[in-house]
Amino acid sequence: MTWEIAGIWAGALLTLCLYSFLYRDNPFYKFAEHLFVGMSAGYWVIYTVENVLKPNWWQMMFPADGSFHWVWIVPGIFALFMLARIVPKVSGLSRMALAMIVGTGSGLAMVSSFQTDALAQVEGTIVSLSAGSAFTIFSNLVLVVGVVTGLVYFFFSKAHTGVTGGAANVGITILMVAFGASFGYTVMARISLLIGQAQFLLFDWLPTIPRLLGMHG
Amino acid sequence: MARLMQRIGNLDRRVIFVLIALSVFLPLSFRIVFPNPVGAEPSRQLYDYVEALPAGSTVLLSFDYDPSTMPELQPMAYAVCQHLFRRDIRIVAMALWPQGASLGQEVLSEVADSLGGEQYVDWCNLGYKTGGGVMIVRLGSSIQAVFPADKDNRPWAEIPMLRDISSLTDFALVISLSAGDPGVPAWVMMAGDRFGVPIGGGCTAVSAPQFYPYLGTGQMVGMMGGLKGAADYESLVREGTEGAPQGQAIEGMAPQSVAHLVIMLLIVVGNISYFAQKRKGGAR
Repeated sequence: MTWEIAGIWAGALLTLCLYSFLYRDNPFYKFAEHLFVGMSAGYWVIYTVENVLKPNWWQMMFPADGSFHWVWIVPGIFALFMLARIVPKVSGLSRMALAMIVGTGSGLAMVSSFQTDALAQVEGTIVSLSAGSAFTIFSNLVLVVGVVTGLVYFFFSKAHTGVTGGAANVGITILMVAFGASFGYTVMARISLLIGQAQFLLFDWLPTIPRLLGMHG
Repeated sequence: MARLMQRIGNLDRRVIFVLIALSVFLPLSFRIVFPNPVGAEPSRQLYDYVEALPAGSTVLLSFDYDPSTMPELQPMAYAVCQHLFRRDIRIVAMALWPQGASLGQEVLSEVADSLGGEQYVDWCNLGYKTGGGVMIVRLGSSIQAVFPADKDNRPWAEIPMLRDISSLTDFALVISLSAGDPGVPAWVMMAGDRFGVPIGGGCTAVSAPQFYPYLGTGQMVGMMGGLKGAADYESLVREGTEGAPQGQAIEGMAPQSVAHLVIMLLIVVGNISYFAQKRKGGAR
């Protein structure tokens, strides 16, 4: 038995343990669940130290040429501040580190986000309703009507009666179609994950059984 | 009839689990493959864009996912790499997700071996770097500052294919295979809108509807959405290539379609049962 086959068997048995939950909660499921949580936590600690802390902080502070860059002590202190939440007396220090993260993130994302997800989308909605083929005009019309009526549905300063109510109804219909499409995609995603695991069990795990039993040439 | 409707309404959910399992396992066991016609889908737009790139261009391929979404995104990675290598387009790989770097290495080395691609000449893997969108902004000014060495610690200066690369604008295209955040939105926002680099991508089916607006506005040149997107790209890459192996995504479309039919049937039957009981005053 090679390590590869041992890995495949471990994966297959844990997969079956996890799927056993679909019948009902049981010790096999609990075992696999706890193993997964424990291993994930351990894996991520090591991964973060090796791939984030070491190359982005430690090796910057102590480069290969043997020098010492003291300025990197500052982010180290801020990192320790994050851990201050564990100690109630000094937990307020963590806000300083969080403030820096939130401030930097907001500063970078605010303008970009507004440009990408608001202005560009508004620009994309300004389309011709007279040029192009009949299908293009129809598509553009659906786009414009969908956006305007969708926005009307979220306009709460006027009662949804009369023309406003009719537009809001069209808007909510469009939104429902969008939610339906999202739901369809979600179903496809979940089934895809099942297919991936089924392919693993059928084409990776099952063929190892005859090999282990010595039935393979 | 009324009793049947009531029984359907009270169906044990485990029966549904068994039906879904059968709908997936049986088509796979019998290796059933459904035809996968590709229309004017966003995946074709991405394929056409890559097809129009001149040979010798360099594409940045970002592996922004981990093993939990492999069934959807790994087939995309194989199909895209096969396409790029066949077109003599060089690949610089990186990852915004830690495990993406290893998954990318697996795909690149396997496809390169099968198509004769040479590491550091036709492809290289810079590895993972933390920071998401903030890091992408930094790539816009200097990639070498962010990745002084590749995944295997080979210094930037010793990688021949990187001699003409200094910032994001030197890439003909950025393709992000994205399972969430950071991923396609960060690339569109920071690389596409800020530096004007064309962005293409592949994503899980769950996040596909979120990215369709980027296609409408031209912020993305094309996109593969979920397993269907991967199967489309595989089909396009296989077109005109004799003896090309069948991709994992195309194999997955038969169980996908059967499972969808079962789910649709269950929704219809469930609704009939619900309304039948409601008429009798039984359903709440």
